[in-house]
Amino acid sequence: MAKIELQAIRKTFDSTEILKGIDLAIEDGEFVALIGPSGCGKSTLLRIIAGLEPQSSGEVRIDGAQVDGIRPSARNLAMVFQSYALYPHLSVFDNIAVPLRMRRHSTLARMPLVGRLHPARAATERGIREEVERVAAQLELSGFLKRKPGQLSGGQRQRVAVGRAIVRQPVGFLFDEPLSNLDAKLRVHMRAELAQLHRQLRATFVYVTHDQAEAMTMSSRIAVMIEGHIVQVGTPAEVYDNPQDIRVAEFVGSPKINALPGVIREDGGVEVLGWPLGLSTPAAAGRCSVCVRPERMELSSGPSAISGTVLHLENLGAEAFVHIKVERIEMPLLARISPDRQLPAIGSAIQFGFSTTAVRIFDAAGKRIEVTAAARSERIREKAVG
Amino acid sequence: MTPRRHGITWSAARHLLLLAGAAFILLPFIWMVSTASKPQTEIFTTDIHFIPQNLALWENFATAFGKASLWRFLLNGVVVTVSIFALQVLIALPAAYALAKLRFAGREVLFALVLFCILIPPQATAIPVFLLFHQIGILDSYAALVVPFTISAFGIFLMRQFFKTVPDDLIEAARMDGITEFGIVWRVMLPTAIPALTAFGIFSVVAHWNDYFWPLIVLNSEHLRTPPLGVASFRNEEAGTNYGPLMAAAIVIIAPLVIAFLLAQRRFIEGITLTGIK
Repeated sequence: MAKIELQAIRKTFDSTEILKGIDLAIEDGEFVALIGPSGCGKSTLLRIIAGLEPQSSGEVRIDGAQVDGIRPSARNLAMVFQSYALYPHLSVFDNIAVPLRMRRHSTLARMPLVGRLHPARAATERGIREEVERVAAQLELSGFLKRKPGQLSGGQRQRVAVGRAIVRQPVGFLFDEPLSNLDAKLRVHMRAELAQLHRQLRATFVYVTHDQAEAMTMSSRIAVMIEGHIVQVGTPAEVYDNPQDIRVAEFVGSPKINALPGVIREDGGVEVLGWPLGLSTPAAAGRCSVCVRPERMELSSGPSAISGTVLHLENLGAEAFVHIKVERIEMPLLARISPDRQLPAIGSAIQFGFSTTAVRIFDAAGKRIEVTAAARSERIREKAVG
Repeated sequence: MTPRRHGITWSAARHLLLLAGAAFILLPFIWMVSTASKPQTEIFTTDIHFIPQNLALWENFATAFGKASLWRFLLNGVVVTVSIFALQVLIALPAAYALAKLRFAGREVLFALVLFCILIPPQATAIPVFLLFHQIGILDSYAALVVPFTISAFGIFLMRQFFKTVPDDLIEAARMDGITEFGIVWRVMLPTAIPALTAFGIFSVVAHWNDYFWPLIVLNSEHLRTPPLGVASFRNEEAGTNYGPLMAAAIVIIAPLVIAFLLAQRRFIEGITLTGIK
């Protein structure tokens, strides 16, 4: 088991900088998810940790030892690929056995035909068989050992790929969007299986995904990568509740967080669409973004802070989304409500507000601004009424 | 005229046309079999008849096998085509892997050179290669027959195109598992490339089994002759051309390819389609 440290990692492909100085320390036994929109460099970073791609500058350390220039297999990390990358011509058994065979047999013993005559081969092969069978049993693959990958379902292939990774007992596991080729139902199931596997193995997991549900449900920490930077690292709850950057706020959370144009007044008060929020900030006056999660939007039938019209309704059964068009805001706002209450009609006028504790404010550059409740920290809805 | 009747007429016309084409292409083969079945006296008659009056097929085969060492020619053909193909694979696969999957400076230039090599006809280099072989003294040997064809630009091109379609993930998984780069070529790429390799094998074996030009240039000794050269030797007998045994020998040397084609018909067509798409 290992601690993986990244220091000032930069990567340039043909004059395009993909990674712009990544610092990250992944503790022993931790499950860290790297998330970010596609093209943010998260897969490149994982491949640099694996040793499949050399970094342009910076340092990778595994358990304190610098591993730059060490071959991928010698780093003792295992990787699970998005496409599973199983050897199509080998059976499930042989697929899982490959890393052990490469490690334990001498070059001579691995030769086709002649290898069989090698004296130590049989004994080593017995040991390998035992271990492959143990791993197969653990992953419920025992019945499929003789099949070829082409005869397996997506979920089974996924488990073979995991089996091939765990059989060699690596110090850390790298996952490159391992669930994105599965259908939605199986993905939820495999999410639970992987989380359980992590608890069982207590190994270091680095998990790349663009699906924030996977990151939120499985990981102990999330690192959000945007345009080659790690913008924020924290527990899933921290990243969700306290985004330090508007891009993090917008990327994490589905549906996307609502952003309303706001203004910081000279006296430090914050206004949105001309309504004072009852918050004050030491930040400089100017434009800002006022962000509210859809589930914190409060619709009201009576008069409230902001009014708009219902553009669209989505009832998913357990929850419903109301798309609200507000004047002077380009994107419709979204409110997540419980469908057991009366849903507003499409096209009808609607009032809504939100609690001051639900508000996250970002400056024009997208950085989070700390706010304190002003003397009267009421809901702006009441303010409006009053 | 109803559409149905129109369909039948068109269909009949189409088949007639195709039959005529097939007959035209098959005619030399039929004539070969026919001549091989006739005794010498019947071959030189003025009237054209396909079915011989006196069947002399076995006599002609016997003469063919007795007169020239046909078995030896066939064996030479096998040795030469198999060696050429094995060496071509040995060289083309690692080269194609490097051109398709490894990143290094000058890769595109190298690949352009490979493509350029496909354009050079073998006849253009025949004389320099002949002189070179004369200098190093390997004319009139198996080596002279095999060596010029060991590096197949077409093979490298074909395999490179196929390897391009193999996902990078598979290669990276192999690297993570500790397989070396050469190991990846033989353990991972080769098994996935069997269809492309079969196609290439068919082209290579057919081309070199039937090759007449190069063996004619470099060989003197009768015992090294490849099948087409061996058949030609019937023509040069001082007693005049003996067509019956000549045709019998021709049947013998095309038989392996025809049988192989019939057995692997589907693969062969697949192979051509494969090279057509890529």
